[in-house]
Amino acid sequence: MPAMTREETEALIQEVLEVYPEKAKNDRAKHLAVNDQSLEKANKCITSNRKSLPGVMTIRGCAYAGSKGVVWGPIKDMIHISHGPVGCGQYSRAGRRNYYVGTTGVNTFGTMNFTSDFQEKDIVFGGDKKLAKLIDEIEVLFPLNKGISIQSECPIGLIGDDIEAVAKMKKKEHGKTVVPVRCEGFRGVSQSLGHHIANDAIRDWVLEARDGDDSFPTTPYDVAVIGDYNIGGDAWASRTLLEEMGLRVVAQWSGDGTIAEIEKTPKVKLNLIHCYRSMNYIARHMEEKYSIPWIEYNFFGPTKIAESLRRIAAHFDDTIKEGAERVIERYKAEYEAVIAKYRPRLEGKRVMLYVGGLRPRHVIGAYEDLGMEVVGTGYEFAHNDDYDRTIKEMGNATLLYDDVTGYEFEEFVKKIQPDLIGSGIKEKYIFQKMGIPFRQMHSWDYSGPYHGFDGFAIFARDMDMTLNNPCWKNIKAPWKKETASEPVKAAA
Amino acid sequence: MPSVMLRKRDDGKLLFYVAKKDLEETIESLEFDAPEKWGGEVVLGDGSRYYFEPLSPAPKIPTTLQAKRL
Repeated sequence: MPAMTREETEALIQEVLEVYPEKAKNDRAKHLAVNDQSLEKANKCITSNRKSLPGVMTIRGCAYAGSKGVVWGPIKDMIHISHGPVGCGQYSRAGRRNYYVGTTGVNTFGTMNFTSDFQEKDIVFGGDKKLAKLIDEIEVLFPLNKGISIQSECPIGLIGDDIEAVAKMKKKEHGKTVVPVRCEGFRGVSQSLGHHIANDAIRDWVLEARDGDDSFPTTPYDVAVIGDYNIGGDAWASRTLLEEMGLRVVAQWSGDGTIAEIEKTPKVKLNLIHCYRSMNYIARHMEEKYSIPWIEYNFFGPTKIAESLRRIAAHFDDTIKEGAERVIERYKAEYEAVIAKYRPRLEGKRVMLYVGGLRPRHVIGAYEDLGMEVVGTGYEFAHNDDYDRTIKEMGNATLLYDDVTGYEFEEFVKKIQPDLIGSGIKEKYIFQKMGIPFRQMHSWDYSGPYHGFDGFAIFARDMDMTLNNPCWKNIKAPWKKETASEPVKAAA
Repeated sequence: MPSVMLRKRDDGKLLFYVAKKDLEETIESLEFDAPEKWGGEVVLGDGSRYYFEPLSPAPKIPTTLQAKRL
């Protein structure tokens, strides 16, 4: 299918909007756009970070998901209490695949679920006493934890519990960091506010811990990797590249991260932001308070990796600049072999993406390195500044969809007929049943890492394995196939 | 009175960022921009106008200041 023109794409949007009632149609129209690279600012063409309409199937999460699941959850040596009813914590337990090193249940707690398991009486009489008891029990059962965060679920805000008071009291009692996080699920329009609340909680309760303490020996090459959640080992694949070029990675936020690393971050020379959406707030704060500059980088696909390594190196002296070139040179044979192997199998294939807050634009480069084309992209919870950054990455007249509804996404796919879709688990089986190859781009479909040069090899293999899987030929029942087969000879 | 975070972009332009409003724009003009007096009316890239109480001496950027919407 040839690329769609601007008019065709606009007509497609109109056609899809047709089924909505007038009011919903007007609202949804603002969230769907045809990309125009000549625009400087995204707010001219697309509206984002608005409340989803009642009655449509959104794919968004909540503030608790943004705080506990994304930002705080991967900090491995802290215990994150899902404060409230049991479900929120249990159903989100260990689903995000942020890998870490350590002995679970002894000195790391990443895949465990700690909850205050609210019952009716806790809603009626308040849950502060239960929380205090829970923290004491944690101290007895898991004495090697380095701190506790209290992740509020909806009822905590509704009944007005004073978790801050409990946190302060227990901090004094046990001498460990206890962080109350007001990330009740009903706050904001999506998980995005949860990221912001979590960033603010780190700022207010953790980051200042080592102000005025210079005992940590620093070097001129200290950096922090911020906004890499180590999904399937992503942060490790990124870290090796940075270390090879001569930088010292002091902290990982927050994949495979520890609270000690977070406390040391104000000592670094440069903050490297991978997921801009979820952690730009803390980077901006550190820039203001500690004068630490920050830059965004992108470790998907060799073109973007090389670009990013050079941009990072530009902030340092010549040894690092040489280091960056050395790293790019070293992996050159490796990634060229990957491209040589997979590009012929994937060339010209068309991809539609719908992910969270960074991948809809970050992975475009990786697909392009394999000769594939991204024909539609959208975010669950991006803000304007994310779309500002996306416009330049996407081709002209491609489709942009913000907070797409289940119906719209299906209709777009039916019309555009992409060769591959990258989205999440809720979308996966719908599209697979429609006969379209699908990769989960949140959790890498239980594969990974995809960051770095090593990750690119895995990324290319996975895309090939999905796209060129022989099963797609057999998706249609044999008697429904249109190709006229040989007439069956009657048995003699 | 939004709380505005100001930072310098790589090309030297000032960025005007309001987290709550999801607004990130460049500052196109600034009424007083001297070391001894800084602030006044600012015009952003999208044409909206804000007002900073003039400061003396000029603040160290990046910083967070209160601005009035005009």
